[in-house]
Amino acid sequence: MGQGRSLEKSVYVTGVAESPLGKVADHSELSMMAVAAREALAESGLTLSDVDGLFVRYRSTEPFIEHSVELGEYLGLQPRYADTTDIGGCSFEAYIHHAMLAVAAGRCDVALIAYASRQRSQRSRTMLDAPDDYTITGQFEAPYGMLSPIGQYALMAARHMHVYGTKPEQFAEVAVAARRWAQLNPKAWEKDPLTIDEVLRSEPISEPLRRLDCCLLTDGGGAAVITTKERARNAAKLPIRILGAGESHTQWHVAEMRDLTAGPGAVSACEAFGMAGIRPDDVDFLEPYDNFTSAVIVHLEDLGFCKKGEGGAFVEGGTLGPDGALPSMTSGGGLSYCHPGMLGLLLLVEAVRQLRGEAGPRQVKGARIGVVHGIGGKAFGSAATAVLARE
Amino acid sequence: MTTPTFGDPLSAPFWEAARRHELFLQKCSNCGVARVIPRPFCVSCNADTVGWVRASGLATIYSMTTVHRSMSPSFAAPYINAIVDLDEGARLLTNIVDGAGCRIGDRVRLIWHARDPAPPLPMFTPITGKH
Repeated sequence: MGQGRSLEKSVYVTGVAESPLGKVADHSELSMMAVAAREALAESGLTLSDVDGLFVRYRSTEPFIEHSVELGEYLGLQPRYADTTDIGGCSFEAYIHHAMLAVAAGRCDVALIAYASRQRSQRSRTMLDAPDDYTITGQFEAPYGMLSPIGQYALMAARHMHVYGTKPEQFAEVAVAARRWAQLNPKAWEKDPLTIDEVLRSEPISEPLRRLDCCLLTDGGGAAVITTKERARNAAKLPIRILGAGESHTQWHVAEMRDLTAGPGAVSACEAFGMAGIRPDDVDFLEPYDNFTSAVIVHLEDLGFCKKGEGGAFVEGGTLGPDGALPSMTSGGGLSYCHPGMLGLLLLVEAVRQLRGEAGPRQVKGARIGVVHGIGGKAFGSAATAVLARE
Repeated sequence: MTTPTFGDPLSAPFWEAARRHELFLQKCSNCGVARVIPRPFCVSCNADTVGWVRASGLATIYSMTTVHRSMSPSFAAPYINAIVDLDEGARLLTNIVDGAGCRIGDRVRLIWHARDPAPPLPMFTPITGKH
């Protein structure tokens, strides 16, 4: 394996933590990130005073907020390197990429990644775009009453069904696999048993997607620390190596997407797998961005776990569930565990816990290589992938 | 050019044409690429030779979704969001009106959805045997 040998230094995820999750009444977004940051730093054998790089986005009600500056102030930090890139839910996989490079290049030594949202408690999430009619969205997308982003994903799912014969039952397989994992995770939001039939009978929202094809809408957040093994020499937990990372940004508006059955994950995964020197066969488990069941099927194809068009058949029979051939969404994912608007950081938290062997009843046996794959944008417009390994 | 009352300075000709019930596309005479969202030059071939052409209004449904839960007072569910491939080569997000029973791959034709005082919105409807 390449083991990320193009970097001058090996870089590790040395600490991870969830913020309070679900419905959070006793915290603000800033305090949620603070408690998660302290916990992730403690795992790394570090404290806030060690942090000199900040990679952060969160849901703020203040317009024009400078995320790294406000969170830095709140935590008493003065980072010398920061990134608040917004590529939606996969911003945090992009931060793994950017922080890995910044630490390897010595632009910062201890990078803190953070996210928090109280979208459920604040009732701040809307599915209607309401931009003014000067914007491209306001002229060419919003007037059509599309539910955003469900409508964009529904258009992709419908096209996948048309071209490849993918079936709603196969989308439902993804929801059922996520739920089976969630039943093993005490922190999961939804733990009731779920059948394919129940998914197919749930309320249609934007065909072919039904309510149970769609992710949860919860509060939540977390933190992660990325640094060198040397800086984490007092770490309380096993550091997890970042073997590779990559990203791709393609389009914002769904009508500008060249092929509705393929996402930017093909490029981001190619970059990440290439840097890591691995192939899909080497991956012990996958943490895919499961905002919609149909999206997971496209991820599996984009990342090369099966051929384009065969994702539906690939997931049949519990492939992604506990004891399946490719354990995926092992926390229960955005579909059943937690989806606080942006899921990307929680995918990393779960992957690190799996690789350390501390996932309890949902532990993937012998997990040595895990992949976190995020997507963002309203319409599959961005993707970022990271390959992580237990040494 | 007068200050547009709708849209942005580059898209003003699109919406002025829409008021006349004409669907305009930006087309590059060098490489032939046609676009709905206009650019100041052709971002495909780098040429300055972009101009407006009138589309035939004939298209094929590339993908579609029936919306069952309306979030907008402007639309009563169910209604159909679609992406159509215009015969001229550009792709447009739109709605299919009277599209019950429609499928991906079906042929559709342009109609205009009034929304005064804003310019009308291009939408599509199935081509019946007469067309």
